[in-house]
Amino acid sequence: MVDKVHVKTTINGQEYEFLVEPYMSLLETLRDVLNLTGTKEGCNDGNCGACTVEMNGRIVDSCCVLGAEVNGGTINTIEGMATAEGLHPLQQAFLEEAALQCGICTPGFLISAKSLLEREPDADEHRIRYWLAGNLCRCTGYDKIIKAVQKTQATA
Amino acid sequence: MVATQEYKVIGTRPIRHDGLDKVTGRAIYGADVKLPDMLYGFVLRSPHAHARIRSIDTSAAEAMPGVVAVMTANDMPEAADELVDLGEGAINFSHASDHIMAMSKAKFKGHPVAAVAATSTNVAREAVAAIKVDWEVLKSAVTVDEALAPDAPVILDGWVGDDLGEKSTKPNVGSHFRHEFGDIEKGFADSTTIIEHRYDLAMVHQGYIEPHNGTAIWDQEDRVRLWTSTQGAFTVRTQLAGILQLDESRIKVTPTEIGGGFGGKIPIYVEPLAAILSKKSGGKPVRILMDRPEVFEATGPTPGGWVSVRLGVKDRKIIAGDADIRFDAGGFPGSPVGAAAMCVFSCYDIENTRIDGWDIIVNKPKTAAYRAPGSTHVAYAIECIIDEICEELDLDPIQFRLDNASKEGTRRGDGPIFPRIGNIETLEAARDSAHWNAPLDKNPGNGNVRGRGIANGYWFNVGLKSSVNLSVNTDGTVMLIEGSTDIGGTRASIAMQAAEVLGIRAEDIIPTVVDTDSVGYTDVTGGSRTTYATGFAAYKAAQNLIDELTARAATIWDIPEDEVVFEDGKFSSKSDPELSMTFKEIAGKLNETGGPVSSTGAVDLENAGGGFAVHICDLEIDPETGKTDVIRYTAVQDVGKAIHPSYVEGQMQGGAVQGIGWALNEEYFMSDDGQMVNSSYLDYRMPTSLDLPEIETVIVEVPNPIHPFGVRGVGEPPIVPPVAAIANAINDALGIRLREAPMNPGRILEALKEKNG
Amino acid sequence: MHPFDYVAATSIAEVNSILAQHGNRARPLVGGTDLLVQLRGGRFDLDAVVDIKGVPEANVLELNGALKMGSAVPLAVMYEDQAVRDAYPGLIDCAELIGGIQIQSRASMAANLCNSTPSGDTICPMIVHSAQVNITGANGDRTVAVEDFCTGPGRNVLEDGEWVLDIVFPAPASGFGAAYERFIPRNEMDIAVAGAASSVTLDGSGKITDALVALASVGPTPVFVTAITDLLVGKEPTEENFVAAGKIAYDAVSPISDMRGTIEQRRHLSGVLTRRTLTKATERAKAG
Ligand SMILES: Cc1cc2nc3c(=O)[nH]c(=O)nc-3n(C[C@H](O)[C@H](O)[C@H](O)COP(=O)(O)OP(=O)(O)OC[C@H]3O[C@@H](n4cnc5c(N)ncnc54)[C@H](O)[C@@H]3O)c2cc1C
Ligand code: FES
Ligand code: FES
Repeated sequence: MVDKVHVKTTINGQEYEFLVEPYMSLLETLRDVLNLTGTKEGCNDGNCGACTVEMNGRIVDSCCVLGAEVNGGTINTIEGMATAEGLHPLQQAFLEEAALQCGICTPGFLISAKSLLEREPDADEHRIRYWLAGNLCRCTGYDKIIKAVQKTQATA
Repeated sequence: MVATQEYKVIGTRPIRHDGLDKVTGRAIYGADVKLPDMLYGFVLRSPHAHARIRSIDTSAAEAMPGVVAVMTANDMPEAADELVDLGEGAINFSHASDHIMAMSKAKFKGHPVAAVAATSTNVAREAVAAIKVDWEVLKSAVTVDEALAPDAPVILDGWVGDDLGEKSTKPNVGSHFRHEFGDIEKGFADSTTIIEHRYDLAMVHQGYIEPHNGTAIWDQEDRVRLWTSTQGAFTVRTQLAGILQLDESRIKVTPTEIGGGFGGKIPIYVEPLAAILSKKSGGKPVRILMDRPEVFEATGPTPGGWVSVRLGVKDRKIIAGDADIRFDAGGFPGSPVGAAAMCVFSCYDIENTRIDGWDIIVNKPKTAAYRAPGSTHVAYAIECIIDEICEELDLDPIQFRLDNASKEGTRRGDGPIFPRIGNIETLEAARDSAHWNAPLDKNPGNGNVRGRGIANGYWFNVGLKSSVNLSVNTDGTVMLIEGSTDIGGTRASIAMQAAEVLGIRAEDIIPTVVDTDSVGYTDVTGGSRTTYATGFAAYKAAQNLIDELTARAATIWDIPEDEVVFEDGKFSSKSDPELSMTFKEIAGKLNETGGPVSSTGAVDLENAGGGFAVHICDLEIDPETGKTDVIRYTAVQDVGKAIHPSYVEGQMQGGAVQGIGWALNEEYFMSDDGQMVNSSYLDYRMPTSLDLPEIETVIVEVPNPIHPFGVRGVGEPPIVPPVAAIANAINDALGIRLREAPMNPGRILEALKEKNG
Repeated sequence: MHPFDYVAATSIAEVNSILAQHGNRARPLVGGTDLLVQLRGGRFDLDAVVDIKGVPEANVLELNGALKMGSAVPLAVMYEDQAVRDAYPGLIDCAELIGGIQIQSRASMAANLCNSTPSGDTICPMIVHSAQVNITGANGDRTVAVEDFCTGPGRNVLEDGEWVLDIVFPAPASGFGAAYERFIPRNEMDIAVAGAASSVTLDGSGKITDALVALASVGPTPVFVTAITDLLVGKEPTEENFVAAGKIAYDAVSPISDMRGTIEQRRHLSGVLTRRTLTKATERAKAG
């Protein structure tokens, strides 16, 4: 047996301190250890983006990261996207544009799209589609997701 | 023709009621269920497509620290050999039980043979790896043709299928049926043009992003509680009762939010195993989550197989049609070949038709429904052949379809006479669309070529049973309790129908999807039925609520009930214009005037309005590599009445894109020994956002006369035309007819090579 | 999954000591986009993974004429560097098409090389840039040319205890241009059916003084086709010559048929992509 690893990290602006099996993914850590189940699992091998979180300022598939790796780092998940002031404009646009059907992909898309708009507020449609290609959605055909991102750009 | 009735709520685009939870990560899906003292299950699956189990040794797994329970098929209750209808498909419980856990023989790779419950998923996985199975590997058959060959292995021991009313002499025939009308021989004899071709399709998967899951407690009073993401909690209850041999009343199924289904989350897989492991663990909750390879290898994809169609034409009229449809059912009978037969000729009015359907058992996962199951397959064949006829006779593809279109009174290929349908209106809308009228530059100058294709598609939709309860709050809002799981905005579309009747805002209805103990029986969210049938139940419940409130108004005003009218959201007296109350006002008075008011509505609808979808597709193809990009796409569809147009468009777009993936790249790529070798998203190749253009939508509204608001099913028709539309566009671009899906770059290259020598 | 330990190393010596201690039961971890997926899929077991992202020398991205790229530098960090973009567009080609943004944010070129699949998209571009791999370990350092690094599918020259510290790309000569293109049926998130990297160097008169072509996914290792160099050196960068180079590529490769493509398709694509990347590399060479 291997010993658990002690991890201190900041998630959604909050300090967290916990023990985790060294071989556990960040996705499992968030969901099973920290009960942050807003981040979803679709494939567990980096191909669907449902598990997307922001780690140290970049989006990653949390299923391809070890929980132990985030020691000393900063994580942002879907649970931190809305604030006491209200929804993030992307969340509002997703609602208004009906950019979700089943919603299982939605947290991942929101985290990815937020990262894009923070870096490239004027990204064109092709760039948005490229940036979101690591997130699969099987329900919407992506059309309304792209439109919701564009609407957020237009109202920013 | 477009619906003209004016509505206040219907046709608007309110924010869906469950939206907030789903954009904030709060919504609880199946995998998010966590119960105190919960154990984690994992399933041992057959590594072989076809193999007899000589013995299973679970002792090493049982001895592992952290392992609480181990089960095999010996722990499955013996289930009855009877067929039960599930809405979109039927189930035989002894087959279902054998499917859930293989009794003596694995019939497909991934077939469960044992399962473990342990204190962590990792321990459960390690324990499963420690179970030893002594396999006798058998010859496998994975295609229709292999399974029908004289030397085919017997897959389902003891099975004798029905072959046109006789006992089949071939072991792997699930069934063979025929629908025949008119005089087919004469029809072809009179035809001046006859075209016949066979179209082959690979097995494909629904591809929903959320894997299957189940969390169960089987307690010491033999009560089972199950949390799962399913298209139908009641259908799960029926299946569990049959497989676990318990009365339905002992089972409570709580549907969680569901991450996509498309027909694939009607059958159950891990749920009974979680229940049995719970029982063996002394009633501890057990949760089993599938991983992605398990979803591909061991749930219910839609069949591969082939469709051969022959059409005879005289004077621009199709006068004879003959179809032979053969689907691989998977390891047990029950492919959607019956539905395919209902759809194959349904876009056309053809006097003389014959349809043969074959359901063939093969060593692949047992198929389940996938959005208009079977109709995409047959549309691929017939819509391409229609295109060939137009090419040969130099006819306009939309005009020819219009000249032969089915309409009210036409006999469908399997017998029934069409009621009012919107086939012609949908074709006309496509003909008049911006896309169809925009010129296409076939040689854009970069060495690529472009082509445009069109195809029609039909799905009959289903009605079935739904229940809704309403209760009035004193603030004038209404609670709506329903049993239909919401996969894409149905809380909103159902609530909107109740709101329309009650004269209140959609936001003033608070819909909740509840467990099987808490509402009347409701069939699956499938068959494009939820907005139609559960919406109908909501309409009825709302009417009943108005009746109750009318009576209450009469009591309050002390006038006869028939003096009270409800109009424009107001109760008023026919004779005294002073007496008038809004819905909200009367709601506020309920507690002082006799107490709470609630109502129920239940429906059992035999019919639904069929729906037609016409898709137009522009492609750009790199002839040097075969790379194909969809550059413009329009989906036109008769939806009867769009309750919430955004979610109607969403269904049209999502279905179209699944069809595009099916046409171009998706497939179960099978090895010679019957293994699916691409059971990951990486190699299954579903479309990403970068693979698609905007999906334009044109909503046609030909009201369904049997629904109060004219609703037709919306979810399924849009997956029917894409494969054919893309095949026709490829032909337009390159002059090659691809008769095997997926029409991937490799196949395009091969066909081009053949053509150009 | 077999339980393993996680060590966040902060120095070369620490990495060396852990790798030496565990032999082939430990491996370096960068983005984990191969390693963690393979461990979970049961491809092999480990007792420890050594995270090298905390080793300063592995995080170097230094453009000083030549480019030195630490083995832990994520693709995204590399392609977001404008100076690197300007100097090495042929490397940017491959960095921007691996996985999606989530993968590019974690994965490194060196790890792609160390994973050593023939389809690895960065390996052929590194070959045609004549990159050198600096290997370190408890038993000392050595340098290997990228084209000599891979020895078979998933196999390479690294001995137990050795790891890659960084990769050095020579400064692009004047008149140098490079390009990479792969064929996939989708537009992202896919593994190359075939890929081609080309570089050309032109002299003042526009003649080819050097041309390197390497092909991905069409053999047990990346295929470095030196016969194309022999053909093109001294010639003009014409369509005709590049078509001839494509023919050589067609014959030089030894692909297999699998779920991603057939032998014939891969040969054909090798030819097409060779011609296309030579053309693009030439355009870049001319643009300076
Ligand atoms: C969804 C998805 C899409 C992908 N798409 C592509 C693609 O388009 N093209 C492509 O080529 N690949 C692709 N990959 C594979 C993978 O992302 C790449 O190979 C990537 O470059 C690996 O980098 P990493 O840092 O994540 O590697 P890791 O997983 O951290 O390491 C990979 C291997 O190299 C070893 N290693 C790492 N660093 C060193 C070192 N310094 N010295 C010695 N050994 C070392 C590791 O031990 C491991 O065996 C994809 C993977 C996923 C999950
Ligand atoms: S679950 Fe991580 S990418 Fe799919
Ligand atoms: S909304 Fe269902 S997967 Fe995207």
